[in-house]
Amino acid sequence: MNYGIRSAVLGLVVVAGAFVAIPMIRGFQWPGTTSVQHGFRGTGMDEIYHTEDLPALAAANKVPGYLPQLPPVGPKASAIYKNVKVLGDLSVGQFTRTMASITQWVAPQQGCNYCHNPANMADDGKYTKVVARRMIQMTQNINQNWTQHVAATGVVCWTCHRGNNIPLNVWNNAEPPKSMGFAESQSGLAHPSKAAALASLPTDPFTPFLEGDNNIRVNSTTALPTGDKSSINQTDWTYALMMHMSSALGVNCTYCHNTRAFSNWEQSPIQRVTAWYGIRMVRQMNVDYLDPLGSVFPDYRKGPMGDVAKVNCTTCHQGVFKPLYGVSMAKDFPELTKLAPTKVSSN
Amino acid sequence: MSEYLNIFTRVQVRGPYEPGIPLGRGNWSRSTAGKPLFEYWFGKLGDAQIGPIYLGGLGVASIVCFCIAFEVIGLNMWASVNWDPVQFIRQLPWLALEPPAPAYGLHFPPLNQGGWWLVAGFFLTASILLWWVRIYRRAVQLGLGTHTAWAFAAPIWLYLVLGFFRPLLMGSWSEAVPFGIFPHLDWTASFSLRYGNLFYNPFHMLSIVFLYGSAVIFAMHGATILAVSRFGGEREIEQSVDRGTAAERAGLIWRWTMGFNATFESFHRWGYWFAILCPITGGIGILLTGTVVDNWYLWGVKHHIAASYPALWGTVVDPATLVGAPK
Repeated sequence: MNYGIRSAVLGLVVVAGAFVAIPMIRGFQWPGTTSVQHGFRGTGMDEIYHTEDLPALAAANKVPGYLPQLPPVGPKASAIYKNVKVLGDLSVGQFTRTMASITQWVAPQQGCNYCHNPANMADDGKYTKVVARRMIQMTQNINQNWTQHVAATGVVCWTCHRGNNIPLNVWNNAEPPKSMGFAESQSGLAHPSKAAALASLPTDPFTPFLEGDNNIRVNSTTALPTGDKSSINQTDWTYALMMHMSSALGVNCTYCHNTRAFSNWEQSPIQRVTAWYGIRMVRQMNVDYLDPLGSVFPDYRKGPMGDVAKVNCTTCHQGVFKPLYGVSMAKDFPELTKLAPTKVSSN
Repeated sequence: MSEYLNIFTRVQVRGPYEPGIPLGRGNWSRSTAGKPLFEYWFGKLGDAQIGPIYLGGLGVASIVCFCIAFEVIGLNMWASVNWDPVQFIRQLPWLALEPPAPAYGLHFPPLNQGGWWLVAGFFLTASILLWWVRIYRRAVQLGLGTHTAWAFAAPIWLYLVLGFFRPLLMGSWSEAVPFGIFPHLDWTASFSLRYGNLFYNPFHMLSIVFLYGSAVIFAMHGATILAVSRFGGEREIEQSVDRGTAAERAGLIWRWTMGFNATFESFHRWGYWFAILCPITGGIGILLTGTVVDNWYLWGVKHHIAASYPALWGTVVDPATLVGAPK
């Protein structure tokens, strides 16, 4: 074989190797995209979807069939059953429908006994029952007080649980930075960050922003320096949170921002306002509802730092811009849309 | 007759072994022991002769400093995956040696809090500067101009702005770039995000002009010389003073197609300045960021270089400014 042919063969092997190797890279997707314009023409504000992902997303975000609403006739649940603290104003029929629906949404395999002691349904002995009651209150609070985020669509247990005891997408506090001897200690960055679409960004942007209320804004509001001390390190954390929101909703940055000026509100799509309230909503869910359940959850349900599992954007959105593509289940469950007056303060 | 082709050349540039010119005092003598080394595959791309390499005191010092920096960075990365060799390979593109946290300012932090970053940065900088002196010295010893050394000084300027001058002006090592494959790229994105979009930085614009311009100029040059090599045009030095048909035709095709031609000599000046101005202007742009300008988009608005677009979304107001909004 002469040298010309030999080098041609070598070249072909390299090219063929690249074709085999590139699709093996994590995150590689074959081309084939659907774009939706989301801003003024020419600004590049488009939502880009991988066409091949869309059927699976649609299937994963279908609304399940559920029992029809019942009229508020007959005696109230609180009059018939003991220890009904949150849903006591429902009629017995309505109450039973809600309980059956929750079973279908949260514990379809285990049934009623996942939360209830079958010998005494009123018994609060199982931790799951105490948690479930608090979660009903949380759902009511979201639907009543966070309409800037959930609008009239609202949420129900299914929005997050999708038939699982624990929603598929939850998070726990990361372990604090550790030093490996005198080598550089872990800074929270520089490992593949699942939260940030596998970038080398902070792996836990949730603790500071979705539990703590650290400042998310890192852009100076003036052209010339006037004392904004935000650092690039801080920007990494904000960046990671934003990447989480982007992948949670399956949208590009341009869904909420005109990316030529990320911090500028006047040019931002209105969705950014919705997202702003969403961050505060999630923070309240974590701080006011989930963290206080630390004394209720058994240890095996807790993370490495002994904290309960918490929610982020993915918990509800699960890859689409509106959970369940914006179909409202809450409209058929009015008992979950208003905070019920609690009789006795539980836990 | 042999001819130069587009990618590989059928001409093996392979004469008798050429050990170089005699060197004066202050130079290491080069070993001429052993067989002269030729490599066929190198001959496909350039000259088939390998070596002699001149190492010298500066070269040795530079290599030692580089190895120290490389080890400090690599061992810290390996420690960050708990010395697991498999995870070290798998996560290598993500791993980093990070600069100190902002709280340390310009102080020397404990080794495990960013001190190693300063150590690695010191030795890497020493290595680069020693290598620069080496290139300068070798050019002088050969009786050449020092253009190569000054060209190398341009990226060194950018490197020093990123890791030294700008952090000094900002008063914090944390502003500097981490050592790491993805981490330094994420740093670039975060840098632009923090300072309101680097695309509105005019020195960034210039840097891009010179970057893309260098590519165009390099392609124009390569294409022109390969195209006239059938007339001996690759002998550029002779042709620049004693124009033959190759130089005439090379000039003519550019006058035909765009009305103007550089000369065989001047074109290398074009390439040289485009290439070195890329990091020089880029470095100026980085140095001004955060020190003189804090938000390049707003700077662009102030100086009328940012177009305005119709508001498609009505009046969008920052909810944090509303009365009664959650914190």
